[in-house]
Amino acid sequence: MHNQLAKPTLNFSRIAIYATLLLACAVYLIPLIVMLLTSFKSPEDIRTGNLLSWPQVITGIGWIKAWDTVGGFFWNSVKITLPAVFISTLLGALNGYVLTMWRFRGSQLFFGLLLFGCFLPFQTVLLPASFTLGKLGLASTTTGLVIVHIVYGLAFTTLFFRNYFMSVPDALVRAARLDGAGFFTIFTRILLPMSVPIIMVCLIWQFTQIWNDFLFGVVFASGDAQPITVALNNLVNTSTGVKEYNVDMAAAMIAGLPTLLVYVLAGKYFLRGLTAGAVKG
Amino acid sequence: MSTMTALGRVSPTEKLQRWLPKLVLAPSMLIVLVGFYGYILWTFLLSFTNSSFMPSYKWVGLAQYARLMENDRWWVASKNLAVFGGLFIAISLVIGVVLAVLLDQRIRREGFIRTVYLYPMALSMIVTGTAWKWLLNPGLGLDKMLRDWGWEGFRLDWLVDPDRVVYCLVIAAVWQSSGFVMALFLSGLRGVDQSIIRAAQVDGASLPTIYLRIVLPSLRPVFFSALMILAHIAIKSFDLVAAMTAGGPGYASDLPAMFMYSFTFSRGQMGMGSASAMLMLGAILSILVPYLYSELRGKRHA
Amino acid sequence: MATLQLRNVNKTYGSGLPDTLKNIELKIESGEFLILVGPSGCGKSTLMNCIAGLESISGGAILVDEADISGMSPKDRDIAMVFQSYALYPTMSVRENIAFGLKIRKMAPAAIEEEVARVAKLLQIEHLLGRKPGQLSGGQQQRVAMGRALARRPKIYLFDEPLSNLDAKLRVEMRTEIKLMHQRLKTTTVYVTHDQIEAMTLGDKVAVMKDGLIQQFGTPQQIYNDPANLFVASFIGSPPMNFIPLRLQRQEGRLHALLDSGQARCELPLGLSEAGLEDREVILGMRPEQIVLAPAEPNGLPSIRAEVQVIEPTGPDTLVFVTLNQTKVCCRLAPDIAPQVGETLNLQFDPARVLLFDASSGERLGVVGGAQAEVHAGNVAQFKGR
Repeated sequence: MHNQLAKPTLNFSRIAIYATLLLACAVYLIPLIVMLLTSFKSPEDIRTGNLLSWPQVITGIGWIKAWDTVGGFFWNSVKITLPAVFISTLLGALNGYVLTMWRFRGSQLFFGLLLFGCFLPFQTVLLPASFTLGKLGLASTTTGLVIVHIVYGLAFTTLFFRNYFMSVPDALVRAARLDGAGFFTIFTRILLPMSVPIIMVCLIWQFTQIWNDFLFGVVFASGDAQPITVALNNLVNTSTGVKEYNVDMAAAMIAGLPTLLVYVLAGKYFLRGLTAGAVKG
Repeated sequence: MSTMTALGRVSPTEKLQRWLPKLVLAPSMLIVLVGFYGYILWTFLLSFTNSSFMPSYKWVGLAQYARLMENDRWWVASKNLAVFGGLFIAISLVIGVVLAVLLDQRIRREGFIRTVYLYPMALSMIVTGTAWKWLLNPGLGLDKMLRDWGWEGFRLDWLVDPDRVVYCLVIAAVWQSSGFVMALFLSGLRGVDQSIIRAAQVDGASLPTIYLRIVLPSLRPVFFSALMILAHIAIKSFDLVAAMTAGGPGYASDLPAMFMYSFTFSRGQMGMGSASAMLMLGAILSILVPYLYSELRGKRHA
Repeated sequence: MATLQLRNVNKTYGSGLPDTLKNIELKIESGEFLILVGPSGCGKSTLMNCIAGLESISGGAILVDEADISGMSPKDRDIAMVFQSYALYPTMSVRENIAFGLKIRKMAPAAIEEEVARVAKLLQIEHLLGRKPGQLSGGQQQRVAMGRALARRPKIYLFDEPLSNLDAKLRVEMRTEIKLMHQRLKTTTVYVTHDQIEAMTLGDKVAVMKDGLIQQFGTPQQIYNDPANLFVASFIGSPPMNFIPLRLQRQEGRLHALLDSGQARCELPLGLSEAGLEDREVILGMRPEQIVLAPAEPNGLPSIRAEVQVIEPTGPDTLVFVTLNQTKVCCRLAPDIAPQVGETLNLQFDPARVLLFDASSGERLGVVGGAQAEVHAGNVAQFKGR
């Protein structure tokens, strides 16, 4: 709520408000700044200076070493994330379409059952899922992770599209059926073209969820198939040798950049995804 | 609802059209039945067996749950969850509400400030954990920086202090999620009816009074949504612990999710790990069911 | 151009639930305009969806040109529909909206172009073809929705309350336009509405529905003059028919209704003499325009003096309210009669046009086939002649 009656004047309370807000900005930004500064420092510099001291020499050695260690896993994450995001979004869209426009006996019950998946603690499915992946010969493969992410992303993607399609009048579908359009024609020609905002929300939500996943990665993938989050964690938590904090920070930046970039470019959709999950429709 | 079949002269294409929706939903139905409920049931069964490194189906009744109850590490993890969850939720809510109210005062560059508050939510907990592990590093992190800046007696070694390491998790988790709480409340504030506030101003109420007595109480639903999500994040917290402390020192910063992972996958205690997973499910249900109940009841009354 | 016949159509949403449609039976000829009218929830929209194939029927048959279409999918039925919400495809331009059905049916692009142009000209929406539905006013959207239906040149048009989202003035305009369009194209049309004026003005045939049953099926004149029951009589007509509960009396072998205005009494001889009606609770129905001012010279028709209580001049008429048998009764008088409240008027009725309904069942009393209608015609002529 905007207080439109009182015209803001520069007085003590307004200065205090701005000061608090800016201080909070600093607190939120400092970890990112520290990460960046540290990643460009030399190990020597790290020992002698402090978190916010300016690097004596700016060096990219941390980034190079980090990329050597986690670069391969970065591409793993890409290989896992892209197909999983697109397939789970498509399935969610189809599910939402059926659940709103083609309801049948039991479809509402199914939606209820699916919705619980939004709250499911994944610990309760880890073991059976890993047995199944093992049986299918997909243990420790990126394909296995793609499947897992599609399965457990379905609850949210379906929820997004179902809630969005709820606001679409079903007369549109009836009109299209009389025009001679079938199930898939209506979906691709009528529904999808008007769903661009929710497609964006869903893609971005799934992208951040899957890219940032650690639990599935660490349980279902080992060795060469690890996603970047697992590789980063291994790098940071190895106790052998001298700690190279510049490499750690550079690797953390590499792992965080894709989602940060998406956030900066499409923050509007990102926020809508977050609140869509919260403020139920 | 195809009662049509009684008539028995439905054309084949029409029959296909009527089956298509069910056909399209079928894979997802299978996924939900097997991948969600079937697997939960499977884990439930495993929690009654003596499975160790490999699943076995020798029934041992409630023995795994009994062992869990006697396990000191489980109790540390549960107690940590209570402390971590309580502090994390309370602090995130307070910070989120305060920032939202302040941001609602016609602030210049509000969009930019909002972006800054919210960006940690886009990061992986592993990245957050890595960053804060470095910031809280005893000897090189904030500890050293503040001493360099002239605060001679400053000491910050919580990360290696078994009694205080949980607070490190709280700090990192609050940093990551409080911006999200702010965003939730800000969108709630923007939805508050203007005329109510004007009426209160005409009645002579001061701005703080209006917020405390009128605006914030009207945001109860937002409050419960936020509470729900934060509690959910807390119970599922695994990556943050893994990245920051790996449960250490010793197992002083263990959380149930971490406990479940290490007993199931590293220590070959599948039976007990499954039992702990079922207790986590119980915890989620114990907050989800009342929430959904009040939601549904509220809708019926509305 | 096609005949449409519904044979014993039933629709139920499951055992235990009440039937939505019960034994619907009607038939219209090629080129006729059928109105389905009734209060909301009467099943009229369901019936329309069943004809379109958007919902399946549970029993009976739907025949177009004598061929059963009830098992066909909507696209094979060659039926077009105009929706209450217009249901224009929001991401497509007006041109694409009109062409969509033709494209799906794989018409040649040149032919599509030609057809879109024809329809656009017919509906005077040529200048809107490039716009998106969101950029159109309600009336324009309505035209586009009609254009989409017209473009396919289907056997049957369905209209689902197409005017109810328009403002009053536009509604009247579009009503005339739809009538004009139908006169020109002569396509069989089914039109659902809850507006009895639309029902009267547009339809060749009207089916009045309630609770999933057809209460009466006939021409607008039959529905208006010769309603089958109390519901139809009360639903059609504005201002509505007056209903006066009373008890019949038999005098000299004929049935009489006794009216009492407080000032005077009047015995209304009724044109029926069946046994068993005397001393029965009945409801007497009279349309407001059937109560007229008695001429100065007595003409033999019964009349009654009554005090004017409320006057509502509407412009073309003056509605005068009096009380008969403790019931408020509306009379539709010529505007040049300017009575005052409290004044006493001498009102006259034609007993032959009075309708009688059973008080408990609501069914018409004293109707044997269509005989009553002919009696009417004769009486009206006689009435006018005097």
